[in-house]
Amino acid sequence: MSENIQRLRATYTKGEAVKYISHLDLARTVERVFRRARLPLVYSQGFSPRPKFAFASALPVGATGRAELLDVWLSPPLAPLEFAKRVAPQLPAGIELVEVREVDLRLPALQASVSHADYLVTLEDAPVDLGARIADLLARDAIPMERQRKGELRAYDLRPLILELDLIPGPGAQIGMKLANSSSATGRADQVLAALGLADAPYAVERTRLYFDLADQ
Amino acid sequence: MKTPAIVSREALDRILPRVTQPARYAGHEWNAITKNWDAMDVRLALLYPDAYEIGMSNLGLMILYDLVNRQPDMVAERAYAPWTDMEAAMREAGIPLFSLETRHALRDFDLLGFSLQYELTYTNVLNLLDLAGIPIRAEQRSADDPLIIGGGSGAYSPEPMADFFDLFVIGEGEVALLQLLRAYQAAKRREGWSLEAKRRFLEQAARLPGVYVPSLYRVTYHDDGRVAQFAASGSAPARIQRQMVTPLPPAPTRLIMPFIDTVHDRAVIELQRGCTNGCRFCQAGMIYRPIRERAVDEVVQTVDEMIAATGYEELGLLSLSSSDYSRIEELLKRLRERYAPEQLAISLPSLRTDAFSVSLAEMIQEGRKSGLTFAPEAGSQRLRDVINKNVTAEDLLNAARTAFERGWQHLKLYFMMGLPTETDEDIDAIADLVRQVLRVGREARGRRVEVNVSVATFVPKPHTPFQWLPLADLEVVADRQQRLRQALRLPGVKLNWHAPEATLLEAALCRGDRRLSRVIERAWRQGARFDAWQEHFDYQTWAGAFEAEGLDPQFYGSRLRASDEVLPWDHIACGVDRAFLWAEYHSALRAETTPDCRGGCQDCGLRACYELADCPPELAGQP
Repeated sequence: MSENIQRLRATYTKGEAVKYISHLDLARTVERVFRRARLPLVYSQGFSPRPKFAFASALPVGATGRAELLDVWLSPPLAPLEFAKRVAPQLPAGIELVEVREVDLRLPALQASVSHADYLVTLEDAPVDLGARIADLLARDAIPMERQRKGELRAYDLRPLILELDLIPGPGAQIGMKLANSSSATGRADQVLAALGLADAPYAVERTRLYFDLADQ
Repeated sequence: MKTPAIVSREALDRILPRVTQPARYAGHEWNAITKNWDAMDVRLALLYPDAYEIGMSNLGLMILYDLVNRQPDMVAERAYAPWTDMEAAMREAGIPLFSLETRHALRDFDLLGFSLQYELTYTNVLNLLDLAGIPIRAEQRSADDPLIIGGGSGAYSPEPMADFFDLFVIGEGEVALLQLLRAYQAAKRREGWSLEAKRRFLEQAARLPGVYVPSLYRVTYHDDGRVAQFAASGSAPARIQRQMVTPLPPAPTRLIMPFIDTVHDRAVIELQRGCTNGCRFCQAGMIYRPIRERAVDEVVQTVDEMIAATGYEELGLLSLSSSDYSRIEELLKRLRERYAPEQLAISLPSLRTDAFSVSLAEMIQEGRKSGLTFAPEAGSQRLRDVINKNVTAEDLLNAARTAFERGWQHLKLYFMMGLPTETDEDIDAIADLVRQVLRVGREARGRRVEVNVSVATFVPKPHTPFQWLPLADLEVVADRQQRLRQALRLPGVKLNWHAPEATLLEAALCRGDRRLSRVIERAWRQGARFDAWQEHFDYQTWAGAFEAEGLDPQFYGSRLRASDEVLPWDHIACGVDRAFLWAEYHSALRAETTPDCRGGCQDCGLRACYELADCPPELAGQP
C-alpha cells in the first residue's frame, strides 16, 4: 500500500428517521453515501473489494445517537472540510455530520478504544417511585439478567455494567445512564429499564456520548 | 373536504420496536420523493402486495413512481404488505395502512395502483385494502374511497380479481397510466366527485387505450361452467388492447434505495424489453413483444446518472435474454473500463446457453466466478423442440466445458417438469444431461465441480401457445420428481424443486374467470395471506373456499380447453394473434420448432396490431 493514506474520524448523528435501521444496514448505507460523494476510498484486496471504514460501536435498533463515531481511510488524502462538503449533501435524513478530523493512522481500532457510553432515556410515563427504584437498583450487589445471544439465553450480571444511573430533574421523565460499552462488556439501556421494572413502558433511547479508555491511547 | 389522516411518528414508535425489520415501515429511503400533499391535484399510492423486500425490487413500480412524480401537480407514494406481526400490531393499535413517504392513510389518496405480478399475492391485495379501511369489493365502495387500479402481468388475465378493482391498465404503463390520471384530474375538476361522477368517469375511462373496466362487462356461462359470452355494455370496447411503447422511454435513474437488504438491492436498467426467442411456455416472451433495445450510448449514460444518484456497488442489466442484446460485448467492455476504479460489480441475468454467454460472464465476473446459470428447461431434444427452447445438448455441454475450463466450479441448471407431451424418458434425459455436464466438469477441473439442478413445475399460462392445455397431473409430477431424485443421487449434484402443492392454485388463479373473486375473498376471510410464502400457504384454506363457492380448481387448472372455448382472458388483446398461438400449439405437438424472429418475421400478429413498419424495430446494433 502507498504511504499516501489518511484516516479521518467523523462524528455523526443517527436520528429519528433512521433509528430503525440495523447496524449492518447502516454500514451499507454509509458505504453508498461515500460512493455517491466520490471519495477516494481505500479498498480491501480480494475478489470482492470493500472500502475501508469502521464504526466505534453498534447502536441498538430503535435507539438514536447524538455523537456516533466512524473512521474512514482515504487515498489520496482529503481536507476534513472538503470531506464534509462532499459527504453532507449525500446523507439521508436523520444522519448528520457533527465533526470531522484527521487522526493518526496508528491509533487502535475505534471499536477497541471505546470503553463506555452515556444514554439518555425518555419515558412516556414515569412511575412515581422511579427515583426509589433507581436507588434500589444501584444498591444491589448483583443484577442477574438474561439475554439472547446467538440464539440462546445467556445469564449475566448487569450491575457491573452500570457506571452511573440518575433521574434527571425537570418536567419530563428522563433517566441518564453511563454504561459499559466495550467489545467485551456492553450494558444495554433496555435491559436497565427491564431491571427497573419498565420493560413494557414506551420510551426513547438516545446515546449521547462515547468515551475512550484513555489508558489505551 | 375531509381532513386527511396522518399516522403519527409517536403512534409508530409504540409498535415498531416490537416487530421484525421495523425499517420496512419507516420510509426516508434515499431518493424517495416527498411532495407537498396539499398542493397536489392527483395523489396516487403505488402498492406491491407482498413484503417490502420483494416489492422494492420491482422495477415496474419504480418506473411509474418516477414518471408520476415528474408531474408537477401529481404525487406517487408507496406502500407494501405489512408482515403478519406488523399487521397484528397495526390492527390492535387501530393504525390504518399508510404511505411510506408522508404517512398519509391510504384511503385519503385519490387512487391506489396495485402491481399484480403473481397470483399467490392476490389475498394480500384484499388484506391491504382492508387494512386501509377500504371496502374490498368495488361495488361497495363510496365516492370517498380511492379508485382501485391494477396493472402488471397479472392484469393480462384479470378476471379472478375483477370484483375488487375499478379498472385495470393493460400493458406498459408509461403512457397509459398518465393518460388515465389526466382524465381523472379533468373529470374531477369538471364536476367534482360523487358516486355518479365516478360511474361516468369509469365509462369514459373504458374508452381510453389499454383501460379495462370490469364492471362494464357481463359474463354469461354455459351449464358446465365454461364462459359462454363476454359482453361489453355501452361504449366499452369488446377487446382491450395492451399498451406498448416504442422506443423505450428513458429509464429512471434516481432509484429508491432501501436501507434493509432486499431481494435485488442494486442499480438496474432494462437493456431491452421483449424477446425474440419465442419459447412457447414463456408468457413474458409473448406479452412483451416486440423486442426494443436501448442504444449502447443511452445505456452507458443512464448508468452514469444512476451510479451518481445511488452509489450502488452493483449493476443489474435486465432483459429476458441478455446474450441476445445486439451489442452486448461492446456494452460490457465500455462499462467495465468506465467503472473499474469504482469496483462496480455487473450482473447479467438470463444468459443464453452457449459458449458465447460464458465469455460474456467472464467479462463481468473476472476473478469472482461465483456461479453461472443456464436454463435448458427440458432434458431431451424432442421436448426442447416442443417448447421451442432452441438449445441443443451440444450447446449446453460446450457452455459447461468452457465455463469449467475458465475457472467456474459451480453451475446451476434450470429445468421444468410437467411440460406438454412429457414422458418418463424426458425425465431420464434430464438426469443424463446432468451426468454429461458433470463428466465434462471432471475432465476440465477434476473432482471439485458442483452442479445445482432446479426443477420447477410448469404452469400453462394465458396468452401463450399452451394456454389451452391442462396443468400436468400432480401425482405424475411427484412420481417423476422421485424418479429424477433416484437418478441424480450423485456426488457433486444438488437437486432442488418447488413444492407442487401451490401449483394447482396458481394454475387455477391465472386461468380463471371472475367467479374466482368469491373464492379469493373467502380464502382471505379464512386467513389466507402471503400465499407465496411456504410458511403461510395452507392449501386446505383454499380447497375449502373453492368448495364453499361450488367451484373446482381442477376445472380451471387441469382441463384441456377446446379451440372454440371462450377463454376468460380472450378480451385482453396482447398483440399476438390467437391463431398464431393455436398454430404454435400444434407445431409444439408435432415437435416442430419456430425460429427466432430476429432472423425473419414469424407473423405473430404484432406487426399489424401496432402498425409497425419494421418488426423487430431498429435494434441497437443497426446504424
